[in-house]
Amino acid sequence: MQEVLKKTFDVEAIRKDFPVLSRKVNGKELVYLDNGATAQKPKVVIDRIQQYYNLENANIHRGVHTLSQEATSAYEDSRRKMKEFINARFSEEIIFTSGTTGGINLVASAFGQTHIQEGDEILISTMEHHSNIVPWQMICEQKGANLKVIPINDKGEIQMEEFETLLTERTKLLSISHISNTLGTINPVKEMIAKAHEKHISVLVDGAQAVPHMRLDMQDLDVDLYVFSLHKMFGPTGVGVLYGKKELLDSLPPYQGGGDMIKTVSFKKTTYNDLPHKFEAGTPNIADGIACGALIDYLEELDWAAISLHEKDLLSYAHEQLAAIEGLRFIGEAERKASVISFVIEGIHSYDLGVLIDKMGVAVRTGHHCTQPLMDRFGILGTVRASFAFYNTMEEVDRLVEAVKRAKGMLL
Amino acid sequence: MSIRERQEELIEEFAMFDDWMDKYEYIISLGKELPLIDESKKEDEKLIKGCQSRVWLNAELKEGKVFFTADSDAIITKGIISLMIRVLNESSPEEIINEELYFIDKIGLKEHLSPTRSNGLVSMVKQMKLYALAFQTQLKNG
Ligand SMILES: Cc1ncc(COP(=O)(O)O)c(C=O)c1O
Repeated sequence: MQEVLKKTFDVEAIRKDFPVLSRKVNGKELVYLDNGATAQKPKVVIDRIQQYYNLENANIHRGVHTLSQEATSAYEDSRRKMKEFINARFSEEIIFTSGTTGGINLVASAFGQTHIQEGDEILISTMEHHSNIVPWQMICEQKGANLKVIPINDKGEIQMEEFETLLTERTKLLSISHISNTLGTINPVKEMIAKAHEKHISVLVDGAQAVPHMRLDMQDLDVDLYVFSLHKMFGPTGVGVLYGKKELLDSLPPYQGGGDMIKTVSFKKTTYNDLPHKFEAGTPNIADGIACGALIDYLEELDWAAISLHEKDLLSYAHEQLAAIEGLRFIGEAERKASVISFVIEGIHSYDLGVLIDKMGVAVRTGHHCTQPLMDRFGILGTVRASFAFYNTMEEVDRLVEAVKRAKGMLL
Repeated sequence: MSIRERQEELIEEFAMFDDWMDKYEYIISLGKELPLIDESKKEDEKLIKGCQSRVWLNAELKEGKVFFTADSDAIITKGIISLMIRVLNESSPEEIINEELYFIDKIGLKEHLSPTRSNGLVSMVKQMKLYALAFQTQLKNG
């Protein structure tokens, strides 16, 4: 069965869909392994943005003229496609935001205002991105609430027993990443959501790193709130999604005030618009929002079972090849991992490695990856991180490994 | 030698490298040389925090000339620091304040001074000029 699937997945054909993958960097063919920071875009997405500005540009939700109606319907089509793509119940459960960070801040503000009181607790984990730490610290400070942190083990996995004891009657929200951007750990979010729900605690999942690697099903996860960025899933920058269960979103106050989010405005009293517009004040990122529709059409065509196998192969091959390098230590060795590899090399600063590897045409990320508390947990300052996407190849793994070996030789 | 002359000298030296490997090997070898700063001076107040690498900078004024010592935890950053120190050391505060550092660009290392690298070098250059400014005031008042 596996063999059959592997044969149908033609990575070379897929690479042709992504124009930037054929460029050269420092005289060498680019090996792009910084997908965790942002993924490359297929031509259909780039073309869709261009088409919008060339032929369709108009503001949405407000004009009766043809252009405006066409743009509005294309934008709302994207919302509908997104609803199907992540299996939400209703289109109005899809709120377009500026990105993951935008979505978390929206929830921190709106949920924080109404649902967090003095002495309440918000629960996150050690492996969170700064975007899923700082907004909660801000609301905790404002409200006199407390931020609690679920510890992880040395492999980079959530300690489930500790997690359960941290769910108390004071806990108002669990906010947890689906996949760690630094470690690649896939957290057991479905189980965690169920545990939280037993105690009537709402759950927000930061899915920024999950969307490029797996198909999502909001109803199956039974998650209350889920956020991600389109740019990490092969779409344009500046658009994100906040999915929320309708009943919960309805219970939250608006985040920002302005056009589009109102029903009627008078100086005495303003009434707010219904979902999703209640949370979408002002002119949104129309062009990129529309391009998301083209992206979803593209992603729907892909064989995700084959992608999953391909990424597993990339991960295990890279792991095996890198492990042979003396002095190399992996940071993050969870049982369930996405195709993200972080490592350090004894006696070498990750910055030096990153600089030299880049000279060899291989793009990786170095540093703390916006997870400083996690770096502290492992007692390190930073790592080198290679994050793979479905368009990466085994040859690119070889290029990475060769570059690391050469850089190491130069530095030691 | 003036700061300008030292920069020209370095540019000439670097023109001999014909590929990036040689150039970086040279920078790494500079970086590997003895710590450039006295361990006792590696205190927090001397630390310039880059996001990616850390830089320590110390400055002293002796007979009207500035003497910098600096260090970094990343070798490439350290190598570049050693080039900067070679260019700036033993100059008057005034010359340091007024002279532009153009050699980094000319020897093809511009990317290391880009703020996105956040390796602490940009802040270090700023801090070097601030030290010079403080010394100049000191000399005027002294
Ligand atoms: C796990 C995680 N959360 C949040 C973010 C923030 O995403 P954005 O910068 O698109 O808002 C990132 C991006 O690096 C991430 O990896």
